[in-house]
Amino acid sequence: MEQYRLNPEKGLEFGIYTLGDHLPDPSTGERISAQQRIHEIIEYAKLAEQAGVDFFSVGESHQEYFATQAHTVVLSAIAQATEKIKIGSSSTIISTSDPVRVYEDFSTIDLVSKGRTELVAGRASRVGLFNLLGYDINDYEDLYEEKFDLLLKINQEETVNWEGRFRAPLENAQVIPRPKEGALPIWRAVGGTPASAIKAGFAGVPMFMAHLGGPVSVFKQTVDAYREAARRSGHDPAQLPVATAGFFYAAETSQQALRELYPHINEGMKKTNGRGFAKQLFAQGVDRRNIMNVGSPQEIIEKILYQHEQFGHQRYIAQIDFGGMPLDKLQKNLEIIGTEIIPAIKKYTAKD
Amino acid sequence: MNVVALSGSIVGSKTRTAINYTVQSLSESYPDAEITVIDLADYHIQFSDGRNYLEYEGDTKYVAETLMDADTIIIGTPIFQASIPATLKNIFDLLPQQAFLDKVVSIIVTAGSPKHYLIAEQQLKPILTYMKAQIVPTYVFIEEKDFYRKEITNDDVLLRLDRLVEDTMVLSETYAKVREAEEAKYDF
Repeated sequence: MEQYRLNPEKGLEFGIYTLGDHLPDPSTGERISAQQRIHEIIEYAKLAEQAGVDFFSVGESHQEYFATQAHTVVLSAIAQATEKIKIGSSSTIISTSDPVRVYEDFSTIDLVSKGRTELVAGRASRVGLFNLLGYDINDYEDLYEEKFDLLLKINQEETVNWEGRFRAPLENAQVIPRPKEGALPIWRAVGGTPASAIKAGFAGVPMFMAHLGGPVSVFKQTVDAYREAARRSGHDPAQLPVATAGFFYAAETSQQALRELYPHINEGMKKTNGRGFAKQLFAQGVDRRNIMNVGSPQEIIEKILYQHEQFGHQRYIAQIDFGGMPLDKLQKNLEIIGTEIIPAIKKYTAKD
Repeated sequence: MNVVALSGSIVGSKTRTAINYTVQSLSESYPDAEITVIDLADYHIQFSDGRNYLEYEGDTKYVAETLMDADTIIIGTPIFQASIPATLKNIFDLLPQQAFLDKVVSIIVTAGSPKHYLIAEQQLKPILTYMKAQIVPTYVFIEEKDFYRKEITNDDVLLRLDRLVEDTMVLSETYAKVREAEEAKYDF
């Protein structure tokens, strides 16, 4: 775990992620400017650091209602604005970028942040960016696999010899600057299905598993499939970190949490995915067996500990800001996270 | 109530004829309903490639979005090779999983032979169920002999279509009330 800058002795890590969505606040119908949204994301990272959050990450989406297409630039600003929180992407669409450039960017951010930067590489859930950035959607899977492999190779070797389909060959190419510790933690983004997790397991790389709602027991199958695939291809699962990432919202009661969060998720998903979130399913989100971490602080603590018991994961990453959630609500959540949730989680998961 | 009447084939006239009569009956009995007719013969629709429906372009995007915005969908389909036509299946493939959640869907089938009577029951309904539709249980099955020169000549068929319209709208209105009551119960 050390090469991934994780120390399980210190207990489950608590992170925050944003997709960088830029949606109206459903209670007012108003949308802040892209400038304000980007500044609020930087502010959000600072507040997360103050609350004692371990990790903060920003996503890349090239479509309407998003503002962090250039997520590395935003991350660089966060690197400068913070001092100790680990930072990363969630995720970087490696399929439609040049891994050499991506690596240069991330190792530079690692130097700006003095060794706090991680990279989560995903494959995009949309097709628009393939046109925008000049790639063929028919190469969807091959693009991702080839570029992800190259990224891992660059992480291991400063001087790279490589040949592939989607970029010019590299002959004794030196990829610099190098990250502070020589290499970056690189995760593979997984959408929650075992099929996708198995690929991360075979590759022997850490898994960042994003999820919406549903029973913990279903996602446990994904985590198990990942570890089993790793074992079968000769990797030690005990050395491979797992992170889970999904909706989070804490309020005094679970009913209040549902009431405050639901319009943001429902309206935000209508705009970005074309379909809202069914109330019936959302209401089940507060159930202890459901993976969504929505409820009172005590309920959420119990949920996260239950998930930890089931998954044995190293990091949980909360998404709170989706759908135009105003900054004061984020602040309120971070207060609860810092004063109640993180202390309880560390208390029960750290080995002392 | 936002109703879409979908004629699921790009060839022939019988399904479109049945849809035309149904829409006429609907607009007479339910003048407040907003009705959009989509005859796939009028559009150039690409094959589904699995992308989010919002990312299609042109006619494909229009048809997918119009169906997603509907409260009620009346599907008219012919039977080709003992199944629904590929053009109609493609429409389902363009839409997300659970696309018909909270939508009422009813069915009109036109066919050359009574041997095809159970195809809607055995092939179309399972798809609609998977996509979470509230299905109107009875459907209207119309044979080739019931048509003459783009008109339905069998009064029994016309009366059955009138009853299908009523069943569809009664279920739509009732389901809207049920849903409203259920959602109010959640109090969020």
